[in-house]
Amino acid sequence: MAKLKSPADLEKKRKEILSQRDPNKPCVTICSGTGCHALGSDKVAEAFVSAISQNGLKARVDVRRTGCHGFCERGPVVVIFPEGTCYLGVKPADVPEVVSKTLVDKQLVERLLYKDSSGKTLAHEGDIPFYKFQSRIVFGNNTRIDPKNIDDYIALGGYAALAKSLFKMTPQKVMDEVKRSNLRGRGGGGFPAGVKWETTRDAPGDIKYVIVNADEGDPGAFMDRSLLEGNPHSVLEGLIIGAYAIGSHEGFIYVRQEYPLAVENTAKALEQARKYGLLGKNILGSGFDFDVKIHRGAGAFVSGESSALMTAIEGKVGEPRPKYIRTAVSGIWERPSNLNNVETWATVPLIIDRGSDWFTSIGTKGSKGTKIFSLVGKVNNTGLVEVPMGMKLRDIIYNIGGGIRQNKKFKAVQTGGPSGGCLPESLLDLPVDFDELTKAGSMMGSGGMIVMDEDTCMVDVARYFLNFLSDESCGKCVPCRAGIEQMVEILNRICAGKGKPGDIELLEEISEVTRDASLCALGQTAPNPVLSTIKYFKDEYKAHIERQKCPAGVCKALTSFYILPDKCQACQICLKNCPVEAISGGKNLVHIIDQAKCTKCGTCYEVCPERFSAVAKISGEPVPTPVPAGTEVVRKKGQQG
Amino acid sequence: MARGDVKPAKGKTKIATKEQETSSTEQIIEKHNSDKSALIQILLEIQKQNRWLPHSSLMLVSDKLGVPLSQVYRVATFYKAFSLIPQGRHLFTVCMGTACHVRGSPRLLDRVEDTLKIKPGETSKDQKFTLETVNCLGCCALGPVMVVEGNYHGNPSPKEVEKLAAACD
Amino acid sequence: MKKVKLNIDGKEVEAEEGKTLLEAARAAGIDIPTLCYNEKLAPYGVCRFCTVEISKGGRSRLVVSCIYNVEEGLTVKTATPKVIKIRKMLLELMLASSPILLETAKQYGIDKPRFQSEVTQCILCGQCVRYCAEVKGANAITFVGRGVNRRVAFVDEVVAKGVCMDCRQCYGLCPTGKIPRETDGAYFEGIKVSDVISRKKTK
Repeated sequence: MAKLKSPADLEKKRKEILSQRDPNKPCVTICSGTGCHALGSDKVAEAFVSAISQNGLKARVDVRRTGCHGFCERGPVVVIFPEGTCYLGVKPADVPEVVSKTLVDKQLVERLLYKDSSGKTLAHEGDIPFYKFQSRIVFGNNTRIDPKNIDDYIALGGYAALAKSLFKMTPQKVMDEVKRSNLRGRGGGGFPAGVKWETTRDAPGDIKYVIVNADEGDPGAFMDRSLLEGNPHSVLEGLIIGAYAIGSHEGFIYVRQEYPLAVENTAKALEQARKYGLLGKNILGSGFDFDVKIHRGAGAFVSGESSALMTAIEGKVGEPRPKYIRTAVSGIWERPSNLNNVETWATVPLIIDRGSDWFTSIGTKGSKGTKIFSLVGKVNNTGLVEVPMGMKLRDIIYNIGGGIRQNKKFKAVQTGGPSGGCLPESLLDLPVDFDELTKAGSMMGSGGMIVMDEDTCMVDVARYFLNFLSDESCGKCVPCRAGIEQMVEILNRICAGKGKPGDIELLEEISEVTRDASLCALGQTAPNPVLSTIKYFKDEYKAHIERQKCPAGVCKALTSFYILPDKCQACQICLKNCPVEAISGGKNLVHIIDQAKCTKCGTCYEVCPERFSAVAKISGEPVPTPVPAGTEVVRKKGQQG
Repeated sequence: MARGDVKPAKGKTKIATKEQETSSTEQIIEKHNSDKSALIQILLEIQKQNRWLPHSSLMLVSDKLGVPLSQVYRVATFYKAFSLIPQGRHLFTVCMGTACHVRGSPRLLDRVEDTLKIKPGETSKDQKFTLETVNCLGCCALGPVMVVEGNYHGNPSPKEVEKLAAACD
Repeated sequence: MKKVKLNIDGKEVEAEEGKTLLEAARAAGIDIPTLCYNEKLAPYGVCRFCTVEISKGGRSRLVVSCIYNVEEGLTVKTATPKVIKIRKMLLELMLASSPILLETAKQYGIDKPRFQSEVTQCILCGQCVRYCAEVKGANAITFVGRGVNRRVAFVDEVVAKGVCMDCRQCYGLCPTGKIPRETDGAYFEGIKVSDVISRKKTK
């Protein structure tokens, strides 16, 4: 790899790479992000390599392991170019057929295609509803890039924005363009990136830092991971452009240590960028020096907070600072430091490439561009989705997400992670927009979008988040450490059926002080999950406190499992799976749960076949007296045990 | 908390001798040029090497970096990635991310606790198992997820959990 | 040194630029209660007790006065109903783990503790830790753990050198008297780093 010493060199390299690539040459891309990896994509990739070789196709077909494609529910995902044929849930055993049928005979393997509700198959990624309604301007390139090969990024136009910035624009012009685009931080804060850059640039001091925040601590959010794993150069390019605009020559990428693949791929990207002269001294011969270090987290959500992260980079314990001076002015070692989220940085090259006018044409008045969400929970199509700001929550959940799993009833959607809130069905027409979501009592957050259904207990959700925050609180300040502790205590009592009148008011009282007096945003936003669920789901709280009832049947202490004698078909599945052997019965005999032995693990509820649905969750009322042992089942027409 | 490796070393990890601990710690410190600001990075590597932070390593880090021992302890006890007691040979990790929670991870955790007879953050007395929780592995489609020896298991039943534990030596 | 003019509790106050609201207030004879503040140490800002309400140009917010610097034209109110509410709740929360603060709490109208927690008799003000690091330079005591498991603990190796027995300067700093009570100069059982670590169970 020879150093590229000018924009002309870069263009020459790009042409060289493209000339060696036939756009019509078949290329099998296998999603190799952590999600598909967990589903065995590695073995699928190996199977392709071997089958292609065995069929004598090695010279005629490329295999590329790419980053996350986003359709995590249906992984492992394989897309075959140039047609864009999309195969879902591919197993190693499917590979020989795909190779012979699709690669050789140019036929489709129907059973691996996406099927819509009418049974029609859709062969191209672009036609599948999950992808069709998205706007994958930042994330889309993941499907075409092997993150371990910088040439793939360059082939798609990578680093042209950097060359343009360094040679055709002054730092001020770059700054102006980003300001004009109104790019707001994608990490949760939503602060205008351009304004922060400017503050950092104007702050006194020659040494300034730029930082990528890849700590992504929100449970249920993995957008940054997939971006960093799948397209690290997009983030790096944005970072270098930002450094140029701000006047920084040293950067940090702070990655949580729970993301080993992201660390690995980022390190490789830095290495290759340096070899090409796109990072380090005299980038592309421009005279601009800039380099980057990777700093790993060590398992602390609070260390993802701006000032805490910077303290961690200094080698100290990553706790937030109580200062009132912005980190843009006084950050790492008290020097001006500009911190932005992974997605924010990855959007910068696009803005430089296509202009702020293009960027501002997407989105709403206050929120421009797109946002990547991790759409997870009780939704059919779990995965990473990128949509234009302004799209309605309803459209994301139903058009892209495919609605609620197992045809259950939607209950709430949670955004903003532990700092956010739950929104009920009545607010589903809200657009994804920084200010709209905040007004409704939630927030955009980093992008976690958790869909909840009738089987989700909202009091339990509040308890879950507060428990998480209690675990993650650094513990320095009283209102957060002790305030959250007491809120958890109250929520635990409520979920255990020991709620007292006045508990809701007490939660609100503590919330006020925790919100107003905490040292950092963790404490300040901690009350949000509690307050938003009290606001929209007060009935559930009241049911728990006044009637010891958990309407969703989640809180163990308030829920019993009961096999409905008129629905049981004696299939014995629950009997065999009960971990404490609490179910009696047999062939043709109604199954009965011994309530004294039952540990409420919920296995019977989960394994009872949907067509029988014979296990009921009982809460807030006594469990019916069991039928006598030896009672025979009532056979439904056409049902067999 | 998943340790910093999706694929842990295959086969049994030998318990290091004191000399081995010292020399490997020294190497790690040297690699980072004894830079004070690399304290956390150095400790991460020592943890990965030894499956815990041996006391002798902490003393060495304090000495070579010129960082007071109080600081080293402060960092070592603040972060979930570090363990000041030797961890078990087999790590079971249960994801407690929001998506997994909504799909029933507390019940999964109960099953694992019952099988391994330890609570999250604990190591069994015979040093066979360590149980940890982690917030979001990014495999929400599989949820609720449990990771054992780098292998991901989606919604394992109580019997499956037992089988996995029994397969560990 | 440039001076700025601000208004604290209705009183026009002049203070040097770079001074905190707390310093300016106290110099003007207005007391703001504190728990973690110690003029010999860098402000720590964790007890949140010195919270005050500030406003300028129609916008008001709550800040901790030990850290917030004086500004020209600032209006400061040190004991609004909101601020008192905060201090009361803070005390109630601290009372849960430090029942010894009951007398102080009574001064704020709290007669019965509403909350319970593990009793440590420590409000984690950090004066002991900070003094030992910043003034004494011995680094004999530190914070271990985080969140509700955060504790102060003596570093075994330093204590073993006999440093603490001769010094004892943290005794006079501790607002709850925990340090002198639990160590009595020579007895460090239960309050060392090794004790806190070993409390993490191995079954």
